[in-house]
Amino acid sequence: MIMSRDKLYKALKERILVLDGAMGTMLQRYKFTEEDFRGERFKDWPSPVQGNNDMLSITQPEAISAVHAKYFAAGADIVETNTFSGTTIAMADYGMQDFVYELNFESAKIAKKVALEFTEKEPEKPRFVAGAMGPTNKTASMSPDVNDPGYRAISFDELRIAYKQQAEALLDGGVDILLVETIFDTLNAKAALFAIEEVKEERNIEIPVMVSGTITDASGRTLSGQTAEAFLISIGHMPLLSVGFNCALGAEQLTPYLEVVSSKSDFAISAYPNAGLPNAFGEYDETADEMAAQIKTYLDKKLINIVGGCCGTTPEHIHAIAQLVKDYEPRPLPLFTKAAAL
Amino acid sequence: MSTPTEAATAKNIDYRPLKLSGLEPLIITPESNFVNVGERTNVAGSRRFLRLINEEKFDEALAIARDQVEGGAQIIDVNMDDGLIDGKKAMVNFLNLIAAEPDIARVPIMIDSSKWEIIEAGLQVVQGKCVVNSISLKEGEDEFISHAKKIKRYGAAVIVMAFDEVGQADNYERRIEIVKRSYDILVNRVKFPPEDIIFDLNIFPVATGMEEHRLNAIDFIEATRWVKENLPHAHVSGGVSNVSFSFRGNNTVREAMHSVFLYHAIKAGMNIGIVNPTMLEVYDDIPKDLLEHVEDVILDRRDDATERLLDFAESVKGTAKEKVVDLSWREEPLQDRITRALVKGIDTYILEDVEEARQASEKPLHVIEGHLMTGMNVVGDLFGDGKMFLPQVVKSARVMKKAVAYLLPYIEEEKRLNPPPASEKAKSNLVLMATVKGDVHDIGKNIVSVVLACNNYEIIDMGVMVPPEKIIATAKERNVDIIGLSGLITPSLDEMVFLAKEMKRQDFTVPLLIGGATTSKAHTAVKIDPEYPEAVVHVNDASRAVTVVGDLLNPESRLKYKADIKQDYALFRERFLTRGKKRDFLTIEQARENKWKLDWDTFEASKPNELGIQVIEEFDLNKLVDYIDWSPFFRSWDLHGKYPDILEEEVVGEQARELFADAKAILKKILDEKLLTAKAVFGLFEANTVNDDDIEVVTSSAVEKQEKFIFRTLRQQSKKASGKPNIALADFIAPKETGKTDYMGCFCVTSGFGTQELAEKYEAEHDDYNSIMVKALADRFAEAFAEYLHERVRKEHWGYASDEALSNTELIKEAYKGIRPAPGYPACPDHLEKLTIWEVLGVKEKIGVELTESLAMWPAASVSGYYFGNPEARYFGLGKIKMDQVKDFAERKGIEVRTAEKWLNPNISDE
Repeated sequence: MIMSRDKLYKALKERILVLDGAMGTMLQRYKFTEEDFRGERFKDWPSPVQGNNDMLSITQPEAISAVHAKYFAAGADIVETNTFSGTTIAMADYGMQDFVYELNFESAKIAKKVALEFTEKEPEKPRFVAGAMGPTNKTASMSPDVNDPGYRAISFDELRIAYKQQAEALLDGGVDILLVETIFDTLNAKAALFAIEEVKEERNIEIPVMVSGTITDASGRTLSGQTAEAFLISIGHMPLLSVGFNCALGAEQLTPYLEVVSSKSDFAISAYPNAGLPNAFGEYDETADEMAAQIKTYLDKKLINIVGGCCGTTPEHIHAIAQLVKDYEPRPLPLFTKAAAL
Repeated sequence: MSTPTEAATAKNIDYRPLKLSGLEPLIITPESNFVNVGERTNVAGSRRFLRLINEEKFDEALAIARDQVEGGAQIIDVNMDDGLIDGKKAMVNFLNLIAAEPDIARVPIMIDSSKWEIIEAGLQVVQGKCVVNSISLKEGEDEFISHAKKIKRYGAAVIVMAFDEVGQADNYERRIEIVKRSYDILVNRVKFPPEDIIFDLNIFPVATGMEEHRLNAIDFIEATRWVKENLPHAHVSGGVSNVSFSFRGNNTVREAMHSVFLYHAIKAGMNIGIVNPTMLEVYDDIPKDLLEHVEDVILDRRDDATERLLDFAESVKGTAKEKVVDLSWREEPLQDRITRALVKGIDTYILEDVEEARQASEKPLHVIEGHLMTGMNVVGDLFGDGKMFLPQVVKSARVMKKAVAYLLPYIEEEKRLNPPPASEKAKSNLVLMATVKGDVHDIGKNIVSVVLACNNYEIIDMGVMVPPEKIIATAKERNVDIIGLSGLITPSLDEMVFLAKEMKRQDFTVPLLIGGATTSKAHTAVKIDPEYPEAVVHVNDASRAVTVVGDLLNPESRLKYKADIKQDYALFRERFLTRGKKRDFLTIEQARENKWKLDWDTFEASKPNELGIQVIEEFDLNKLVDYIDWSPFFRSWDLHGKYPDILEEEVVGEQARELFADAKAILKKILDEKLLTAKAVFGLFEANTVNDDDIEVVTSSAVEKQEKFIFRTLRQQSKKASGKPNIALADFIAPKETGKTDYMGCFCVTSGFGTQELAEKYEAEHDDYNSIMVKALADRFAEAFAEYLHERVRKEHWGYASDEALSNTELIKEAYKGIRPAPGYPACPDHLEKLTIWEVLGVKEKIGVELTESLAMWPAASVSGYYFGNPEARYFGLGKIKMDQVKDFAERKGIEVRTAEKWLNPNISDE
């Protein structure tokens, strides 16, 4: 792991790294049935499991592996593990809390195996795996009940414990990076970061951590109400590999918020927007070229170090982005040499 | 020699700012002004806050937090350390509630406790980057390190007290010893970011008479300088009021001490602190002799500094007391006198000063544009900075109006002699203000008018019950720049929507302001804004009106402002419309199934002692004074707080006392000269509920004269938690099928006759202050009369509570049995039922109170409603209802569904 970390820092200094696109969009193409989701393992599970995409790492590992490979082949440097909902909190929807360690561990292993195969083929372009840690389906600083604004459906400690379990399983499975992502509520992210710090201390290791928030709409704020800069300040207490935004907005709409964090942070900057805004049917129809044309603005303005795609993006989108970034210098990293020396 | 801050900056070229966040960032750099921490949400420092937390009045506790943020606090300190409260629970609860209030949560929180478990609980519920207040070496290095590590992990900055195992640092050397040791541990061992460290260097009192306290202030200041020069990136803070502790009771000296201390401490590098802004004199405004004495003490410049200040303080205290008759300001230059008269609201000398100014000016108009506007600009700035309060500003306006009235004949004469060329007719901005058709309430509108007038806007006040065509015509004719609409009753909302549509149809481009008790940002955004393509702004307090109007009319910013507000409303609208969808409703039949079922089997109705209708003419107002609930009176002047606590309140207390004294003076005049007339009509009748939601009332027991009326009530329709009923007022009356005769009553009281005449008299004297005062008092009398009459009814006329003995406070809290809900209010928002009350009681014929086309009562200072005597009866809010009930209601009432829909509109669910 030490080796891969050095390679990661080196690559990040030299070029713009490409992150993969949507996992969900690709999995939809398989049109998996309830039966497929269950596989052999959960064929007698008492409640429906269709839609539990994370569980496919256990029941349909070949599909997950194939999607990772498509993204690496399209030019991605980093793929995210299929673990967006891999916490006891999110898995409670399916009653599958007991499988959280296993699904994170297996997801990490699948992605890492594909990454190693590609690195072997192209040693000059090493490939990395980021363990995805999603927002969960509960918020720690907002009440779900408008009539009881002081109520909270989840506590910091519950989140911390769940995230810690996920981080440990992902690390055991071999991820190179932990990615706290799609942050709607900064307090949830702070619990994840707190958990990661605990793991770092207990295991006496360094872990590159990426943090990616979500600006929900044109108000320029997270769902929990913070501006981009306030969000940056609130999570800036840890040594991070990168900070940035993903989801909710298309590439163009995300630009002003990337400008804010890019000008105010010494960390690397990441962005993985959606393929535009959803159409009336909730589908994303922005093409690869259309999206790449907007991402060109990021590059012209030297805003980013890591770029990829979120909802609605496909290997075509990632291919177009990978081709585009080749010709551009990454955003300069002022303090990066210091961080690498740690 | 460079100033210390410059020195510090020069030394730390890679200066790292202290960055904090709430919903928005707060970045403290060497260039930042002193950062003031709001300290009122602290149970140890504010008795009022402690009481509110104890009584679980979180709304009011939140209002304190909001006031502080609005008052300019950049961080708010929250402290729940009190022996009698569960500090951890209170901290978590309060911080959670703050998180739901974006206008408070925008600033960072300072989590203040001496107990680590409370601090940690607080850190776990705040998403932004907080400040922990505080940790220290008091319990040794291990605990210090462990807490610091946790704080770092939670992502907070920290205040470190100059305190160690031996005790609190009380001299220069000890301060340096402790902070150096703390800093080294934090930076080198915990790897705590040095810019996130704030040292509290302990501010102790000076001039205590104890020799060892002489250096307290100067040691703090010098230690601050040492920290800034030797501990890179660290900050210094402290609680300033401690320094003047020995002069409690002498605010003149205390205020001077605070500003002198701050002046020197800030120069030395202190950049954060807790200071009560109302306890601070402007450094430059401290009289020279006082300044010298105070600086001698703070800077320890003389051996006898303390004695000299004590002696001097006696004389300062003396002059402060005699301030009322201190006329030395009359010796000052003319402009200063005029400014002072305006700021202080003193009209005694304004005419002679204006005359002097007129003689010295080329043209009389120059006095307005020069002398008077200079003064009013000072008023505007002080108000904008929260240093003046609304009643003071209205008093300033009174002085201004008197001055202008005096000058007008001269200006006209000047115009006649030298007609100005057309090009010179500089037009000031014209604001049209009106209370819409059918509505008679105008206190809020008048206050906004006065405040705008103070800020150099010309006001066309069209008064109350202004028909839309008249507003449109006047706006065109006078070419106004802005239109402001006000209303208090719900039908006025529709009037406003209508006007917005009409303005669009007639291609108006001027901004539209919406205000008044019944209006809201939600209604404005959802119902009015989409109807008018130009700017529509909801403004519900006078202090915001000035900035809003300024932004709307400023040629440079207005386009952006309009675009911003349009976008804000569009967003708000979208959120509002998508948010309510989760609410579930019952059909009206289901709601009736779930009615509140009282036990009618064992029910024994209490028969009124006096059935039938009674009229009270010319009631003696003196009897009502004790029944007045004063809190709403202060609220109508934008002074928020509960009476009588508000009189002692730190920020607005002084202003509240002054306003109260003025109110008492007018009150006395009203009573002595019998300027207002109070009348009432009320009746108690046999009544039974029929068909679930209707109450049948029989007005006379004599069969031959018997007349039946039906009150239609509305039933809650939103789905309730199990076990909770869907209530209608009809549930409090025995149903006819029980075979038991029950009773109810209705009433109308007024104290409004005479109000108009008296208010007009004051207006003719250019005295808006007292005109508004009269209306506000008349409203209070009407409410007091309703309360008084209800008590008489309970104890005598009906008599079911003849042994009741409640204080006024208990009455205000509605601690009695039975209720008196009023049509147009939450339990029965339908104004139409007023027509039935008028019919039943013959209100208009008997006491002359009329209903406007929007069913507002005229005179405005009137209250009408029902009496329910059932001990189980209680107030409730109807909430939203569905169209099935509206249709049913229309059918029962025999009116068209369209008509019912119009009147019930604010309560009809959009889903």
